[in-house]
Amino acid sequence: MHELPVTKSILEIVLRHAAANGVERVSAINLRVGALSDLEPEWLQSYFDHISGGTPADGARLRVRRSPLTFRCGSCSAEFDAARESLDRVACPDCGSGDASVVAGTSYTVEAMEAA
Amino acid sequence: MSDTTLIDIKEEILSENRELANQLRSELESRRVFLVNLMSSPGSGKTSLILQTLSHLQPSYRMAVIEGDVDSAVDAERVTKEGFPAIQLKTGGSCHLTAAMVEKGLQALPLDSLDLLFVENIGNLICPVSSDTGANLNVAMTSVPEGDDKPLKYPRIFQASDAFLVNKTDVADHFDFDVAEFRRRVRRLNRDAPVFEVSCKTGQGIVEWCAWLRGRIEGHG
Repeated sequence: MHELPVTKSILEIVLRHAAANGVERVSAINLRVGALSDLEPEWLQSYFDHISGGTPADGARLRVRRSPLTFRCGSCSAEFDAARESLDRVACPDCGSGDASVVAGTSYTVEAMEAA
Repeated sequence: MSDTTLIDIKEEILSENRELANQLRSELESRRVFLVNLMSSPGSGKTSLILQTLSHLQPSYRMAVIEGDVDSAVDAERVTKEGFPAIQLKTGGSCHLTAAMVEKGLQALPLDSLDLLFVENIGNLICPVSSDTGANLNVAMTSVPEGDDKPLKYPRIFQASDAFLVNKTDVADHFDFDVAEFRRRVRRLNRDAPVFEVSCKTGQGIVEWCAWLRGRIEGHG
């Protein structure tokens, strides 16, 4: 359900850029989604297919690139990336401290589109 | 592949909502109204927390509540029964409040005679966090029976909020909620945000939470 407003926003952004660039058919859309964002690519694509019917983005493939989850160590200030699954047992690769906090991983952007 | 062109976009998704939220924030700032957005699962005790907070902060501030619900008015009725203005927004199935919905609530309230406004978001830990309401402060609440692993399951809301409450501490003896573990998990996602342990039933911790909130409101100017 929560993918729907996101999908509408993606379509609106893409159609606006398609019109501005005189694009008649969009074949693919590149998205960048933070590791912490709850977004199911399959649902996103299926909503998109549904709402983009009859527009220049009809049939466009959504390519989701997950941006990494970045932590900063509370002891030595080193920054490092880790998988979301390791959230509860993350340790700084430099000093081994477990006192690290997330500093990035929540992006939500339309990066580019492919015009056919 | 030579017949395709890559067009650069680099635009934030849901930026339209964020722009409206920013407008609401400036509008509220010019009228000196401080907006607090409260988020939690269904049943954590959002309405009870708001009622406790209103009762503790009066008569320092003139306060009102915008209640979000899918399709009922029971929360707004509870608030108005206590003598505070409340607007009920029915989202008709949508799982979170958008800036546009909050704007409707604001239009129905006497903003010039208010200092502090609460938005009670739809009970949900996923969707509300992606939709800026125009609030000055985002607060997320969980409760003892829900377990201490919510930050692991819904990290985004814990990463994006300014303060956290753990409600229902009065029943802590009956559950395995590990507060130290919960605090550690929150800190991993949000280093500086405070965590308040409260019971809306007994009033425990409400004074500390309200003192902090008062500091944020006064600090905002």
